Amino acid sequence: MFTHLTQTIKTAVKALLTNKMRSFLTMLGIIIGVGAVIVIMAVGAGAQSLILNQVSALGTNIVGVLPGNSGNDGPPTSVMGIVITTLTYDDALALAQKINVPDIMDVVAYSTTAATLEWGTNSFIGTLSGCTTGYMAVEGGELAEGRFFTKDEERNLSKVIVLGSDVKNDLFGDSEAVGQRIKIKTHSFEVIGVMKERGTVAFQNYDNKILVPIKTVQKLIAGVDHISLLRAKINSSENVKKAIDDMKATLRERHDISDSSGASDDFTVSSAAQALDMITTITNALKYFLAAMAAMSLIVGGIGIMNIMLVSVSERTREIGLRKAIGAKNSNILNQFLLEAITITVLGGVFGIIGGVFVSFLVALIANYLEYDWSFVISPLSIVLAVGVSAIVGLVFGVYPASKASKLQPVEALRYE
Amino acid sequence: MLIEINNLKKKFESEGVVTNVLHGLSFNIEHGEFLSIIGPSGSGKSTLMHILGLLDRATSGHYGFEGREVTTLDDNELATLRNEKIGFVFQAFNLLTRTSVLDNVKLPLTYAGPELKSKLANNKKDWINRRAKEVLESVGLGHRLDYYTNQISGGEKQRVAIARALVNKPSIIFADEPTGNLDSKSGVQIMKILQDLNDAGNTIVLVTHELYTSEHAKRIIKIVDGHIVEDRPVLNRRFASEVEVLK
Repeated sequence: MFTHLTQTIKTAVKALLTNKMRSFLTMLGIIIGVGAVIVIMAVGAGAQSLILNQVSALGTNIVGVLPGNSGNDGPPTSVMGIVITTLTYDDALALAQKINVPDIMDVVAYSTTAATLEWGTNSFIGTLSGCTTGYMAVEGGELAEGRFFTKDEERNLSKVIVLGSDVKNDLFGDSEAVGQRIKIKTHSFEVIGVMKERGTVAFQNYDNKILVPIKTVQKLIAGVDHISLLRAKINSSENVKKAIDDMKATLRERHDISDSSGASDDFTVSSAAQALDMITTITNALKYFLAAMAAMSLIVGGIGIMNIMLVSVSERTREIGLRKAIGAKNSNILNQFLLEAITITVLGGVFGIIGGVFVSFLVALIANYLEYDWSFVISPLSIVLAVGVSAIVGLVFGVYPASKASKLQPVEALRYE
Repeated sequence: MLIEINNLKKKFESEGVVTNVLHGLSFNIEHGEFLSIIGPSGSGKSTLMHILGLLDRATSGHYGFEGREVTTLDDNELATLRNEKIGFVFQAFNLLTRTSVLDNVKLPLTYAGPELKSKLANNKKDWINRRAKEVLESVGLGHRLDYYTNQISGGEKQRVAIARALVNKPSIIFADEPTGNLDSKSGVQIMKILQDLNDAGNTIVLVTHELYTSEHAKRIIKIVDGHIVEDRPVLNRRFASEVEVLK
């Protein structure tokens, strides 16, 4: 039995080597399919790691509150730029109270608007972030020079401003910024602090932030009364779930919402951890969908194999006749051609894996060169999947030509010209 | 008695047209015979050989092979019988290309079942190689083992084919126009080998359309239009030798 199998494998390999170019072209479909599955799985995992690293860098104990409800229809409309005015400065104050939310550490409320900063002939167009003094505690970051604004300045419409490092460099270059006055619309603001360079965390560039007391933005620049975003820091990630419930309860009470199901909420509370779960779910779905598409190409490759195997059977009709004449049973011929098809696909699968791993590695290398936090991940699952599917493809698409070969009558096959 | 056929008929049916090829043939072949089946093309001699060689089935009639009725056997049983009891030599050699002489001769043994193995192996591990080399040496090709079949001459190819037919120590060898693709000198060599094999006790059935070639056998059956018109011993038997080439 064993000598028979090795003999059959030898015959299969010899048949493939006889037509090297044809075998390779036939294999190409499988190589591309398997390679694509590997690359998609690896790049998917890499992109996922990039997103997850970014989000978790923010800290999993951060909770965000957005105005507007988010039901099954998707996120609150406020994220799409539609102004919803249901959250106010006083809501932020209430949430910061430990009586309402025992696990709260600090809260920062935002009211943002676009603005142009002018200093002499220099100008900078950016987003003016009106915020509360909780900014430093919640968002983190350090001052390079000067100071942050005080609680008093937050309330009494002080025209003070803290600049991100990029903003400072754009406006002032190397010269001293703290103590200088910047013009926004008709108002003159005093620069009281400059933040240290921090880069991009969780897709937010902290270096182009322009921080101004929230009341100043609301009353003097934007002329609004609502806040656009509120972020809270919870004392530990284990308490996030409980804190979210407390925050929801506090806001419902303040907004006179008696329905505790969440359907009538005019706000949305969500945590980075929830976002992580959601991102993971979405990217996983995307990854497997793309891998399934790539697996489709394996089926196309399989049809190519069937085609070539049929050609091979008709080319070797006389050989089949001879083998039968000297004693080969139908099953011997069937196994021979089946093994040949499987050899093509498995060999193609191996080349595909090598190519796929190589390309994935290249992508990771380039991503890391571009300073993305990208992991090179080859999951064993993708390799098992690729090899398994390619062997099955060989089996499935090899059966028809092989059974056709095995059913040839020896006399007919010997007579075949 | 090696082969016993009785009222053997064969008809082909194609698109509703029935062609009777063999009209009830009956004859026997004994162990050790050298029989030549002769007839013009279309006479049915090849069809008869295919049926005798278990490559094809008769439409009706009886066929006993070594005392066993073979008309009722299924494809696998016929394949096993061919593998164990029969050797074929074809006009076009039918060797595998890009394959060594040795591997070609080994081929029947790679399909060997337990019975053939026990007949040939003598419990030796490397029996397939040993047996193949042995027969190749016996047909004078011991020096060509690793040559590919496209690197040797026509006469040598047919000797490889004879070695392949002999490798399973068959009860009978069927040679279908074995000299048809050969020059006369190689043809004589092949006939000499066949005669020597018969002298050594092998049963041989030679199918040919040439009276001259058939006279190397000991008995001639002539077939015309599916009927046996002659079944006679060869009185002035020809013996293949180098002298013959000069004629």
